[in-house]
Amino acid sequence: MNIPSNLFYAKTHEWARKEGSKVYVGITDHAQHEITDIVHVELPEVGKKFKKTQPCAVVESVKSAFDIYSPVSGTVVEVNDAVLSSPELINQSPYEKGFFFAIELENENDLKDLLSAEDYKKSI
Amino acid sequence: MNKILNEINSDRETQIFDCDVENDIALDEKYKRKNNPNIPDLAEGTVVRHYTALSRKNYALSTTFYPLGSCTMKYNPIINEKIASCAKFAEVHPLQPENTVQGNLEIMFELEKALCEISGMNNFTLQPAAGAHGEHTGLLIISEYFKSKKEKRTKIIVPDSAHGTNPASANLSGFEVISLKSEPDGTLSPDKLKEILTPEIACIMMTNPNTLGVFEKHIPEIAEIMHANGSLLYYDGANLNAVMGIARPGDMGFDVMHINLHKTFSTPHGGGGPGSGPVGVKSFLKDFLPVPTVVNENGLFKLNYKNKKTSVGQMKAFYGNFPVLLKAFVYIKSVGGNGLKEASVQANINANYVLNLLKDKVTVPAGNVCTHEFVLSSKGRLGEGVRTLDVAKRLLDYGYYAPTIYFPLIVEEAMMIEPTETESKQTLDEFVKVLSGIIDESKNNPEAVKNAPSKTPVSRLNEVEAARNPKLRW
Repeated sequence: MNIPSNLFYAKTHEWARKEGSKVYVGITDHAQHEITDIVHVELPEVGKKFKKTQPCAVVESVKSAFDIYSPVSGTVVEVNDAVLSSPELINQSPYEKGFFFAIELENENDLKDLLSAEDYKKSI
Repeated sequence: MNKILNEINSDRETQIFDCDVENDIALDEKYKRKNNPNIPDLAEGTVVRHYTALSRKNYALSTTFYPLGSCTMKYNPIINEKIASCAKFAEVHPLQPENTVQGNLEIMFELEKALCEISGMNNFTLQPAAGAHGEHTGLLIISEYFKSKKEKRTKIIVPDSAHGTNPASANLSGFEVISLKSEPDGTLSPDKLKEILTPEIACIMMTNPNTLGVFEKHIPEIAEIMHANGSLLYYDGANLNAVMGIARPGDMGFDVMHINLHKTFSTPHGGGGPGSGPVGVKSFLKDFLPVPTVVNENGLFKLNYKNKKTSVGQMKAFYGNFPVLLKAFVYIKSVGGNGLKEASVQANINANYVLNLLKDKVTVPAGNVCTHEFVLSSKGRLGEGVRTLDVAKRLLDYGYYAPTIYFPLIVEEAMMIEPTETESKQTLDEFVKVLSGIIDESKNNPEAVKNAPSKTPVSRLNEVEAARNPKLRW
């Protein structure tokens, strides 16, 4: 199971990667494996504000649909349109090509509330 | 694969009977088609063979046991169909004058009374076209109720053991969904409910028995907590087949509910026919019900459009799916009060019988006693690399419709089985033997299970590819 050490993790299986004031968000390798082949994704709109732990996106496999929760509070500044037409990117490359969106971080402390790679590994 | 009618040889086949419709009609050139329409031009015999061939590939309740959990695929008595096909029902028009359809209106009036008696609610609307449509209607009623009281309540509690449509209906009706986790035994904890309760909560939507097939033990406490908070209780009646004639949601403290007539009262549904999801309310909510409702004024049945100002409006064209209402009414009247109770008791006995024959083969997350249906988990109980999906597909090879799988979401590798009261011990024994055999086969010959089905008209479909790149035509 691939759990990069430079990322932050939510208990609900999202990852967060800080780049300047932006935080990139996606789902973990473990999550994509459990969800199985993803066939549909709904992303938030750019400009929309979310509080941390608020549902902000949806992934769907042939088995079921799952809510994705924002790991931090802030405003969406970028979405990954590529996963809309090729949802398999999330299965193939959950941490790179299959990211969901980037959010402008409101409060740096939100990251401290997330899990480290090591703690996330223990939780699954 | 069968060809569709348009693909069958389109050269005009030998016809014994000539077409007696005049085809040389005086019509201005500009109105005439340039090309012939693409409609099949086949002999009657060819068409009959085509449809008979298709029907023989059907899985249906009239050919096989149908253990699809949560769907209550009970036998649909022939008398329902016989009465529904009488011209007096089948050939009426929804805009006929009321005095020419007194019988139809009376049936709706009497059905509403019967549903009140069965459920313990005070008033019903028969309009909603199915269960989820009923949920939407019920939640709009709750929404209007709070608006009339000038209370801003924006959230609805949905337990994780509720039907999957509940959160969707809450969302569609403009509410935010707050999830409530069920306890390890599958029931809800009043203490955990208290923790998430706020003044913004409009209601809780409970499915009882819940999707694990477990009867909720703490309903009176939950009702007290919710009502003390000024909130209401919604009962998803999809599983009413487990409790009819035994317990009534209205007596338990629920304020609004829907009943799936097509499940509980035996009318063809799923691929076989439309549904009907009447919504029942306590008296204090009756002014919010959709209009029209059927009333009796001086011995005459009428459609009543009063309440127009407070009503949530009309939820369906005309008066609901009348043939389904009629068939459900025939069922209720033909089995009677005691019959309904007997049906529920037998549904519970059948489910418990199957559960106890299977419990050592698989994991039973909610214990060894269930109501009318139960959920199994095959996690860790199958051969290497074999999953619940494969077992379900293998069942098709043995001539069975597969149970519901991967639902509810709270059970991994779930398989949800609902035998219903209309199956015999012999049928249930045979099913258990086949399912147990497949579980053994998954260990001895996993490939046979993973590659199933092999004896059906089409083999394993690539569901992922179909969802990602659907090819749609016609």
